Amino acid sequence: MAAASTLKNMALCLTAVCLICSAVVGGAYVVTKDPIAAAARAKTTASIAAVLPEFTGEPEQGSVTVDGVEYPYYKTDTGYAIISATSGFGGVLRLMVGIAGDGTVHNTTVLAHSETPGLGAKCTTDEHFMEQFRGFNPAAKTLSVKKDGGDLDAITASTITSRAYALAVANAVKVYNQLTGGQGNE
Amino acid sequence: MEYFLIFVSAIFVNNILLAQFLGICPFLGVSNKLSTATGMSGAVCFVITLATVVTYLLNQYLLVPLGLEFLQTISFILVIAALVQMVEIVLKKISPSLYQALGIFLPLITTNCAVLGVAITVVTKEFALGGAPHMLNLGQAVVYAVATSLGYGLAMCLFAGLREQLAGNDVPKAFRGLPIALITVGIMAMAFLGFSGIV
Amino acid sequence: MSKWHFVTDGFVKNNPTFVLVLGMCPTLATTTSALNGLEMGLATMFVLILSNIVISLIAPMVPDKVRIPVYITVIATFVTVLQLLMQAFTPAAYETLGLFIPLIVVNCIVLGRAEGFANKHGVGESALDGIGVGLGFTVSLTVIGIVREILGSGSLFGWKFIAGDGILAFVMAPGAFLVLGYLMVLFNKYLAKK
Repeated sequence: MAAASTLKNMALCLTAVCLICSAVVGGAYVVTKDPIAAAARAKTTASIAAVLPEFTGEPEQGSVTVDGVEYPYYKTDTGYAIISATSGFGGVLRLMVGIAGDGTVHNTTVLAHSETPGLGAKCTTDEHFMEQFRGFNPAAKTLSVKKDGGDLDAITASTITSRAYALAVANAVKVYNQLTGGQGNE
Repeated sequence: MEYFLIFVSAIFVNNILLAQFLGICPFLGVSNKLSTATGMSGAVCFVITLATVVTYLLNQYLLVPLGLEFLQTISFILVIAALVQMVEIVLKKISPSLYQALGIFLPLITTNCAVLGVAITVVTKEFALGGAPHMLNLGQAVVYAVATSLGYGLAMCLFAGLREQLAGNDVPKAFRGLPIALITVGIMAMAFLGFSGIV
Repeated sequence: MSKWHFVTDGFVKNNPTFVLVLGMCPTLATTTSALNGLEMGLATMFVLILSNIVISLIAPMVPDKVRIPVYITVIATFVTVLQLLMQAFTPAAYETLGLFIPLIVVNCIVLGRAEGFANKHGVGESALDGIGVGLGFTVSLTVIGIVREILGSGSLFGWKFIAGDGILAFVMAPGAFLVLGYLMVLFNKYLAKK
């Protein structure tokens, strides 16, 4: 049934299989390259649209270093959408924070997280928690949870996630200040 | 400090078996007796560490510069399969007694998702340990691999101990074997949840 | 008796989850909700069917000693293709299932069927076997997902019918083991009665 296991047969067989497999994978890569890029772009565009007031034109991509950490951002005619990541309870918590032209936070959205389901993961669904950031004016109020002397209500039983979220937004405000030449450190 | 955090979090908080569900098949398969459990843990520990170093270098110096990250899965599994074969041959030559103990587990390790899982995690996942998220460097990757496999061994040996006790008990018929084992692991996983948040 | 039994065997007699107890890692890790379980099952089925077909075709030409490396290469190829397709067309599912998509390579079910069935049977039978075992796996994962989602989040396929939180432990790691354990007990009871 199976071909004899001579060295020649084995080498031939492995070479042939590897060649065919490389061709298949390479073909799949070429075919899916554009759709993958399009899907990633669609996701970014949707996030930017969610965190900023309605804007016209293409968002302009850039990145800036604040306190030794690099922050990617998107600039539109209504403000900046800044990607800011901190360490949450279960791992990386990555947000996109939209800051409108007047320096207030327009909206925030979670890009990636690994918080506990039903506890910290509520940062993506808890309306009361997320509502607090909409229209938040960092000049008038403090971006941290009440336990730390700030003005934000934490998610019930998830102080660490709430803190991380507030810190990520606060960092984004710092980035905004630097980008617009405000009071931030140069 | 960061190394220490990686170490503790990989062993207890994100225990590979009880929190990440990697390498469950051999875990359920060979944890009947404490002696086989230690043997398997040893073999896994060795292979995970070796495989992580090799795949990390492969990724860093070959795949990334060429923009071929999408080949990670296929190249990693082939490297791991070859590595396991090599370990088997070397072990047979230099330590027949160790080979006797670990030999039957080695072929199983190729399809142990813990090995491929750790290799992929190390090169794709960002870690945030009390600061800005970043990818692991080689040193941290090794610490992560060693700690993860120690966590594997810890959970495996604890569970084997429990299972040896279970074997002598009168368990209802439908629960015998795997079901009761799974329920026991469930309770163990609950205990390990207590570690979450310490890092 | 037609060839149908190759499909139905995968459901009960050779049920990959409850009888063969293979592929436990994705079974436990991705069944936090019914939809996740279903997606994982379908992804595995895709690889299983294609690898079964290809391996049944090439098996006669492959020398015995390099059998396993050849099978692994074939399976890894299909998994990579699946990864690329999912990134392109179902990016949300790809993100949720994460690590467990590449890990289909080391899912014992796929290699197990290649080694235990496809290399001894014809193309048609192997394809049917892939469908049967794949469906068995998908259904099992979906069932576990349904139980965990109802108990853990009080919802079903994302449709919430109990207000509040549910029993969180069922969405977290321990729930996976407990639900699988108890479902296995029920399955054993059912088999014993037959």
